[in-house]
Amino acid sequence: MSLIELKNLYKTYHLGEVDVPVLKGISLNIGCGEMVALMGVSGSGKSTLMNILGCLDRPTSGEYWLEGEEVGRLSSNFRATVRNQKIGFVFQNFNLLPRTTALENVMMPLTYTAQHMTERQTRRRATEMLERVGLAERMHHHPSQLSGGQQQRVAIARALINQPPLLFADEPTGNLDSRTSEEILHMFQKLNEEQKITIILVTHDPEVAHHAKRMIRIRDGLIVDDGAAESATAEGQGVA
Amino acid sequence: MMKLLRILLIALRALKRNPMRAGLTTLGIVIGVAAVIAMMEIGTGVSQEIQRTITDMGANALMILPGTAATGGVSFGAGSSVTLTPQDCDAILRECPAVRWAAPVVRARAQLVYGNKNYVPWQINGTTPDYLQAQNWADLAEGEPFTDKDVRNASKVCLIGQTIVRELFEGESPIGKELRIHNVAFKVVGVLPRKGANMMGFDQDDLVLAPWTTIKYRVTGSPLASANQSSAASGTSNTVNTLNQLYPLSQLQLYPVQSAVQQADTPLPVRFTNVDQVVVSAQSADQIQAAIRQVSDLLRERHHLRGDTSDDFSVRDMTQMVAVLSSTATLMTKLLLFVALISLIVGGVGIMNIMLVSVTERTREIGLRMAVGARARDILRQFLVEAVVLCLSGGIMGIAIGRGCSMLIRQFLHWPVEASWLAIMAAVAVSASVGIVFGFYPAWKAARLDPIEALRYE
Repeated sequence: MSLIELKNLYKTYHLGEVDVPVLKGISLNIGCGEMVALMGVSGSGKSTLMNILGCLDRPTSGEYWLEGEEVGRLSSNFRATVRNQKIGFVFQNFNLLPRTTALENVMMPLTYTAQHMTERQTRRRATEMLERVGLAERMHHHPSQLSGGQQQRVAIARALINQPPLLFADEPTGNLDSRTSEEILHMFQKLNEEQKITIILVTHDPEVAHHAKRMIRIRDGLIVDDGAAESATAEGQGVA
Repeated sequence: MMKLLRILLIALRALKRNPMRAGLTTLGIVIGVAAVIAMMEIGTGVSQEIQRTITDMGANALMILPGTAATGGVSFGAGSSVTLTPQDCDAILRECPAVRWAAPVVRARAQLVYGNKNYVPWQINGTTPDYLQAQNWADLAEGEPFTDKDVRNASKVCLIGQTIVRELFEGESPIGKELRIHNVAFKVVGVLPRKGANMMGFDQDDLVLAPWTTIKYRVTGSPLASANQSSAASGTSNTVNTLNQLYPLSQLQLYPVQSAVQQADTPLPVRFTNVDQVVVSAQSADQIQAAIRQVSDLLRERHHLRGDTSDDFSVRDMTQMVAVLSSTATLMTKLLLFVALISLIVGGVGIMNIMLVSVTERTREIGLRMAVGARARDILRQFLVEAVVLCLSGGIMGIAIGRGCSMLIRQFLHWPVEASWLAIMAAVAVSASVGIVFGFYPAWKAARLDPIEALRYE
């Protein structure tokens, strides 16, 4: 069963008089429990595609089906709900709230939809999430007191608190050293294998993409390559 | 409820991240609300102080003057006819429920002599002890007031004002001293408290009070049969006014002037003793109108005036003056309140400024919140609640400070400052609405942000 289905997706930006086509007809299927790396150089349309997949933006034309629902045409309020319930985000620069404890950072997404839960329930859920990413003893630290890897783990806990089927990681290791990067990527793999969470890694780094099972390469708004990670890496090296 | 609590919690957490700035932002509101509260409370205090000052002068007092006498088409002005009697005064006290005190007044103008000094006071009033109550003289500075028995016996006792003490006694205690009024010896039994000038600028302490019987029968020496004043006036005008030689009276003398023998042959009937005025004090300020009505009805009945006959007396009250003074105080309070409200608005603008800065500064946070599922209205609500929380807490602090200020004023200036619940509720409502009004624009700006742009903002 496919989680994401894109049908002939176009995105065109209007910069004054000029129309800039960024996505030029993308069709894609991502199944449940896949771990996909989305690769491309800057300007390839990779970020735009991620924004549309993450329901942050709408396609100009084409269809985007998420869990059997056409979300490409939804209004911004409904897209916010979809983001809250079905999608988790992990960013390159972590995007944690400053001067706010790790626990409160993780609880934050619950304030928008989980109205049925009491403060204590949300707290318990957030604690569980932090334990799962191995930060149980750092719960009441502020982001400035945490290392980069720890901050990214807080961000992962936050992304997972609503138990979304889909997790986006936008250059999740861009600000981390190689050893921590490895840890974080292992965590993604574990999440993918143990909890069957579909993970989309957006990156330009073949090393990172290597951790995914499937790799989609984008160039000039089109998918140029879609296949198993190993061969893609090989081809990527060939191109470079 | 739960949801509201959580929104409040988020706002508090956000404000806690920058406590210094939150504190400084609310300062404008704190000052504004404190000013409003202090103004309201001090304003009501001043109003009451003015009311009290007016009551000091006998604000509830009514003056009943006899009517106008007229002879040959010539009016002699209010108070010239002799229609008021001490019995009228007793009847007013007995039969008018809205009247608290009533006292007859007999006026005199005479020279005081004590030792080798002499002085002519502004007023020498013959009256009853009730007069002290009606005119708020009740707390004597020294001595005791004269009594009803003194009035019955026409005792030669008097109370003197502070000015007279200063003019005649030069620091020694006047109690028990003997003072001559128009060559009649009076014993000073008490000294009146200081009141200062009244609203017309007359010195209220320049006063001698004595039993009206004594003044009437011993000092002014008016006979029990009062002569027709108008005939007396026209009778004397020939002899007194020396300009008559140059400008003969235009008014013709209709009757020949009576000789002493003729006057003795035709005595005027003795009917009553008259008094110059009656001072009445109503039960309270709002009973003044009722008192006027009751007194007028009673006097018309007693004077046998029927139907459309005009009154032979007039009743005067000070309500007009009270109204003018109170409205002045209210006007001042309103003006100050207006100024205070302006400072509240300035405080609101300060809040708006800081919220705008805060929105710009927290663009990334807004983007993140949107990415994890905040709708535009969630963001709007969050920033609005933050602004309202700032304003409300500023308002609460302002109430405390304003109350403190008015307490201090009560402590040091002894104004009767009163806590005004209305002011407090108004201050809370105003500061909350300032928060909503001035918090709306920044909140709306935050809610309108595009999540992609906001996330990328550096």
